[in-house]
Amino acid sequence: MAFKIIASQCTQCGACEFECPSGAIELKGENYVIDPKKCTECEGAFETQQCASVCPVPKTCVPA
Amino acid sequence: MTASMISLDSSASAKTSDNRLTNAKSDSCKSSSCGSTAKPDDMDPATWEKIKDHPCYSEEAHHYFARMHVAVAPACNIQCNYCNRKYDCANESRPGVVSEKLTPEQALRKVISVANEVPQLSVVGIAGPGDACYDWRRTKATFEKVAAEIPDVKLCISTNGLALPDHVDELARMNVDHVTITINMVDPQIGAKIYPWVFYNHRRYTGIEAAEILHKRQMLGLEMLAARGILVKVNSVMIPGVNDEHLIEVNRWVKERGAFLHNVMPLISDPAHGTYYGLTGQRAPRAIELKALQGRLEKGAKLMRHCRQCRADAVGLLGEDRGKEFTLDHIPDAVSYDERNREAYREVVARERGNHAAAKSEAIEMVKAAGPDGSLHVAVATKGGGRINEHFGHAKEFQIYEASPRGIAFVGHRKVEQYCRGGWGDDATLDGVIVALEGIDIVLCAKIGDCPKKRLADAGIRAVDSYTYEYIETAISMVYATEFGVDLLTGTA
Ligand code: SF4
Ligand code: SF4
Ligand code: SF4
Repeated sequence: MAFKIIASQCTQCGACEFECPSGAIELKGENYVIDPKKCTECEGAFETQQCASVCPVPKTCVPA
Repeated sequence: MTASMISLDSSASAKTSDNRLTNAKSDSCKSSSCGSTAKPDDMDPATWEKIKDHPCYSEEAHHYFARMHVAVAPACNIQCNYCNRKYDCANESRPGVVSEKLTPEQALRKVISVANEVPQLSVVGIAGPGDACYDWRRTKATFEKVAAEIPDVKLCISTNGLALPDHVDELARMNVDHVTITINMVDPQIGAKIYPWVFYNHRRYTGIEAAEILHKRQMLGLEMLAARGILVKVNSVMIPGVNDEHLIEVNRWVKERGAFLHNVMPLISDPAHGTYYGLTGQRAPRAIELKALQGRLEKGAKLMRHCRQCRADAVGLLGEDRGKEFTLDHIPDAVSYDERNREAYREVVARERGNHAAAKSEAIEMVKAAGPDGSLHVAVATKGGGRINEHFGHAKEFQIYEASPRGIAFVGHRKVEQYCRGGWGDDATLDGVIVALEGIDIVLCAKIGDCPKKRLADAGIRAVDSYTYEYIETAISMVYATEFGVDLLTGTA
């Protein structure tokens, strides 16, 4: 149960990073990555996955 | 007196400022004009104090002062159909696009480097890509650092308004006294055609619901800013067939809520940018359509006509972009602010702009007195300081003025390809320049070669380089006088 970021699509805007309620998203070198151990798919926090809802590029934050 | 000494141009340095000060037409300072300010008659002093050094808010100030944008806040909470945040194409220049995203620390280094080298710098703004109010932590950190180092620089932000109401109090506390909100609609039906979604309260909203939320937040933010005396400029993107007629309504709403300026900008929709509008073939307005709309809006909120739709990392005077000189790899790791350049420059400007204001009103009076039927469209090549001080072949834009019995008015600018590169001009480029100058009677520049001069003449445009380093309005009034056969100069000698 986790989301992932398709690096080739990502604009590095960082919106997902500060919206993630689990602190699962981090900039590692050139790319934003989701730590699957921390990602809760926003269960219990919000009704939609925050990273996918805020991301400006379709199909960039997707189920892993 | 040599030319460079009075030009107040961008190569100004502390060393030459003193020379420029003493040479800056000190002889033209008549007792009646000494100490006069350039404040327009219809503006209250407190407002003038806020805008007088701000190139984007004051048309007069844009001759003297420069702005820079730092791109620190790339995240955004809405999607606009004219924006594509995925690509930064090297060959384009448009708002919202930037090549280099900065951390607040890097932004501070960049601001200090620019302040040391560009003495005209008076405003540091955060204007995309992304929304400065949404990515608030970075915006705030950047402003705090800059204000601590350079207390007199003005801070400015641009926002889509969605997150704005949450930060108005902090903006007021940080002495941000200029905010730009992009407002393209007040009718959510129209908004739904411009904004596919907004992200608000942890949810993505679409359609009319999204536009309604955005509209309410924009109006709330505008009212809150106005209530705190913060000047608000409203930017609207003119999208033919979508919101062009509707902008008249927008103008009325924002004026009622205290907006200080309303700036209508043309949609930029090149398919190569990959924006929704670019890809669906939504056309941009033609220059005359934009001008016609601005004419109809004139009675609403004050209009701004000197906007250049700067890039999110622009540096320099409006119409000039020195951003490439100040990318991170050009900036040393450790920089310290040296206030001397900016201070010396400000002294020059303080004296110079009084003289300019006096010369300008004199010139306008002369034109008004010339009788009822003249009309001249003049394109001016300038690199700042309110003077004719740019070579025809070096100009990347011309500032357009209209002289008529109503006076002399700045009406806009036209961008051109620089005709002369490294000493030789190219015919195809000149053709482009001539097209861009359609409808212009006279070009005023510091210098022009015989060949381009003749080509312009063949196209019905006269190029004049005999008013080099004159104030723009003074030169226009003299051309006007010659043109309409009036001997205006008697009596003012
Ligand atoms: S799905 Fe939710 S918890 Fe997982 S990375 Fe995205 S925002 Fe964070
Ligand atoms: S929101 Fe999307 S585009 Fe922005 S950093 Fe996250 S994954 Fe990348
Ligand atoms: S508000 Fe600005 S950055 Fe956000 S989508 Fe619109 S144009 Fe792009």
